[in-house]
Order: sequence, then structure tokens, then C-alpha cells
Amino acid sequence: MTAVELTEASRWYGNVVAVNDVTLTVGPGLTGLLGPNGAGKTTVLHLMAGLLSPSQGTVTIGGKPAWRNPDVYRTLGLVTERESVPGFLTAWEFVLASAKLHKLPDPAAAARTALGIVEMESAQDRAISTYSKGMRQRTRVAAALVHDPGVLLLDEPFNGMDPRQRLHMMELLHRMAEEGRTILFSSHILEEVEQLSGTVQVIVAGRLAASGDYRHIRRLMTNRPHVFTIESSDNRRLATVLIGQESVSAVTLTDGTLQVHASDYGTFARALAKLAKASGIRLTGILPADESLEKVFSYLVAT
Amino acid sequence: MNTTVMSLTARALLGRRRVLMLIPMPLVLIGLTLIGIMTGEEPAHWGPVVFGNLGLGVILPLTALIVGSSVLGLEIDDGTITHLLTKPLPRSEIVLSKLCVAWLVTTVATGVPLAVAGLIAGSAALAGGLVCGALLGSLAYCSLFLALSLLTKRPVAVGLVYIMLWENLLVNFVDGVRVFSVKQHATTFANAIAQSDMLDDTLSVTTAMIVAAIFVAVGIYGATTKLRSFALTGEAN
Repeated sequence: MTAVELTEASRWYGNVVAVNDVTLTVGPGLTGLLGPNGAGKTTVLHLMAGLLSPSQGTVTIGGKPAWRNPDVYRTLGLVTERESVPGFLTAWEFVLASAKLHKLPDPAAAARTALGIVEMESAQDRAISTYSKGMRQRTRVAAALVHDPGVLLLDEPFNGMDPRQRLHMMELLHRMAEEGRTILFSSHILEEVEQLSGTVQVIVAGRLAASGDYRHIRRLMTNRPHVFTIESSDNRRLATVLIGQESVSAVTLTDGTLQVHASDYGTFARALAKLAKASGIRLTGILPADESLEKVFSYLVAT
Repeated sequence: MNTTVMSLTARALLGRRRVLMLIPMPLVLIGLTLIGIMTGEEPAHWGPVVFGNLGLGVILPLTALIVGSSVLGLEIDDGTITHLLTKPLPRSEIVLSKLCVAWLVTTVATGVPLAVAGLIAGSAALAGGLVCGALLGSLAYCSLFLALSLLTKRPVAVGLVYIMLWENLLVNFVDGVRVFSVKQHATTFANAIAQSDMLDDTLSVTTAMIVAAIFVAVGIYGATTKLRSFALTGEAN
């Protein structure tokens, strides 16, 4: 089994530190690399894929250095975030070329298998430039899989996919993880990681913020108070009603704007509409004030 | 050498609109040769200008610049280079395959019109010499421009400076400069075969061959070294 290992790895561009002293090991199975945009996920993946040199520390794939070592690509497949595919080729030509570049003994059979895994056979003879985003993504996954690598790295594989394609890709990643591959995918969407993976590595501002079972991390995230800005026909009266609730930890009313801190997000969300209706107050707007991922992550980092 | 890399490169290169830029220049060359013949002037008067200055001095390097900077440069620009880089291929294999395609395409794109022009001017020897000159010149130029496409962000600009300032301007003022001019290598080599008064060679054949070989070696070495530690930036955040 092949493991990907970062040991005290840092990477900076000039004065900007993109990855800061990260030590992590990714073993067989499905692992999510989670973090807000700009946190350094792509840099981490590129370090693992040997496309960037660590400014400090080491990055190894199966014990061998990733940087300046083309041999690691025998056991490594990468699907980049940037949708760079030679559009003039068909999926078949593209995947077959990848198989040939890997110098596989039977490139045609390998290409057929890989295209079968991502279920792209029916469209394989059309030029890639005519594909939808999801089809391109699957084609790129097929190309990355063609040599049956032990390690597969995917950068934001669900970006721009519709729900059906997303589901399909999730099934695919699950299946491959069950076969014993080491699969690491990055995402800035918590729910994606939740549905897919038991293990997560959370990166915030270039640092490893949390690492381990997602349920634990998720609990940390849901236990934090959620802040909502509420607009209604009578904010003052709604404030008095809400403060009586167990699930509400604080209410502020500033210049007529009502902000509610909910300690139990689920109960609060279910109770709010009923309470308003019972008191004859009309709700006109509910905005989560701190739902941005950056806030979620900063909370996580603070704990 | 890797045939898959070569065929992908050739398809990418010839499938782009950029390749159409290669068509007008040879037509101008053949047109000017026809005009030269029709004026009835001594070929020695207009020959060096048309074959040397224009053919080997402008058309050859410009073609090599377009082709040589594209074979790897375009893939770097659009990011498809990652597909090639994430394969267990020695980087020298990638560079040599790309160079081979560039060399072949440049030689065909310039050698054929030069041969036609040479034949119109009435000499098979001249045609043969020009083709050999194009063969040598395009190898040296393509090595240089392929390396530039990896070593600088603006290979075409740097390449144009080399062609226009170094080879076509500085050479007129500083004598030693011509030793490091691929145009002079190509012309010298062409005339060694053609023995024609329509080409002005200024170097000894040995010098031309040795320095051209150094250009090729340095270009390949520079490109391979750079590709070996090619860092994917830009998209990284």
C-alpha cells in the first residue's frame, strides 16, 4: 500500500507562505483535503504530485521523494483543478495516449478499462472540446487512472458538476478507495467531504488545522453558535420570544436589526418559523451571518 | 525519442491557426525569386539578398521561432503540460521528441520553398545547398527557441530580439558576433554545398558546424534541466 507523506513541509512564493510546516500522512482509503479557497490545498496537492519543490521539509510517495523523480508517476495519478485537456483529441485518443506514455504493455486494453470505470465509452469517440464539464472531468480521471495507480490525487473534482455527475463521481471514488487505493481529494465544501470520506485533513491559511475523523471535526463545527440576521414585521417582539428558547444563546437588537446566536442550530431552525407564526410575526428574511467557510474554519482553528 | 509525444505534439502544432502564419513567407520568397529572374539582373546581385538575407536570414528563423516556441510553450501556457509531466518519462525524452517535431516541421516549411526558389534561380546545387542550410539552421534555431520557451516567459520577444538585433543588426557592426549567429551557420553550410555566388558565407564550415552544434547542445541541456525541475505555479494558491 502506498502512503503519501509530508514531513514539516513548507512552500513559499517570495514573501507569501502558501503551505506552512505541514506534517501529514495519507494512507489507503478516501481522504478529504478540506479548506477555504486560498488555504493552500492546491499547493499541497502539487507538492505531493511532484510539481512543486518544498521550500522546506520533505514530500514522499511510498517512501520516495516526489520532487524531481518522474518514476513516482508509475504509482501516482493526478487530476488537476485546472481543466486543461487537449480539446482536439477524443477521450479515447487522450486516454490511450496516456497509457502509451506510461509505456503500459497493452495500452488499448488499459484505456478501455479506464474509460469503462468512468463510464465514458459511449462518448469516447467525440472530441473532448464537445464535452460537458462533468464528462471532461471523468475523461481526466480516466487518464489519471489508466496505469492503475496506487495513489490518486484529485483537486476539486466536484467543481462545476451537476448533482448527478457529482453522485457518480462520489461512487467512483468510493469504489476505488475500497480497492485499497490511496485517494486524496480537495474541496472547499464541507458537505462534499462529509458524504465521501471518513478522514479529513483541514488546511487553513497554509497550516494543518485539523486532522482525523470527519464526524469529530463536524461536531466541533456544528457545536459552535450560529449567528443569524433576521428580518421580520416586528423585530423587537420576536427578540423577546426567541430569548425564551433553549436553543438561543443570545439576541441582540441594534438599530432595529435583530441578530440571534443559536447554540443548537437544528432545533433553532425548526422552531423559528413555528414561533413566529404562533406570535403573529411575519418573517421576511433570515441570513446566516457567519456561514462562510472561512468563519467555520476560523472557529475550528480557534478551538 | 517518444513517438506518442511526437504525434501529440505534431497534432497540437498543425491543428492550430498559428501554423497558417507559416504560409505567406515562403510565397514571398518564391515571388521575389521570380521577380529577380524576370528583371534579367545578374543573379549575384539579388541572390544573396533573397536567399541569404530573406530566406535563411528571416524566413528560417521566424518559422523556427513560431514552431520552436510552440511545441512546448503552448502546452505550458494552457496547462496541458501537466499531463506530460505526470508521466514516468525522462525529461530529456520529452525535450528531444518535441525538438524533433519542431525541427522536422521547420525544415519542411522552409526547405521546400527554398528548394523551389533555388530551382527557379536555375541551380540544383543551390537548391540542395539551401535545403541543407535549412536543415542545419532549423535544428540550431529550434533548440534555441525551445529552450527559450522554458527559460523565459516571453520566448517570442526574446527570440525576435536575437534574430533582429543580434543576427541582422549587430552583425553589421561587430565582426565577432557572426560566429554566434545561426543565420551565418546556415548560410555557410548551404554555400559549402551549393558553391554558388548567390550566397555570402563569412565563416569557415568547421567553425559554423561546431558553434551550431554548441547551440543545439546548450539548447537541449537548458531545456531538459529546466523541465526536470519545472514547477507548476500560477494556479497554485
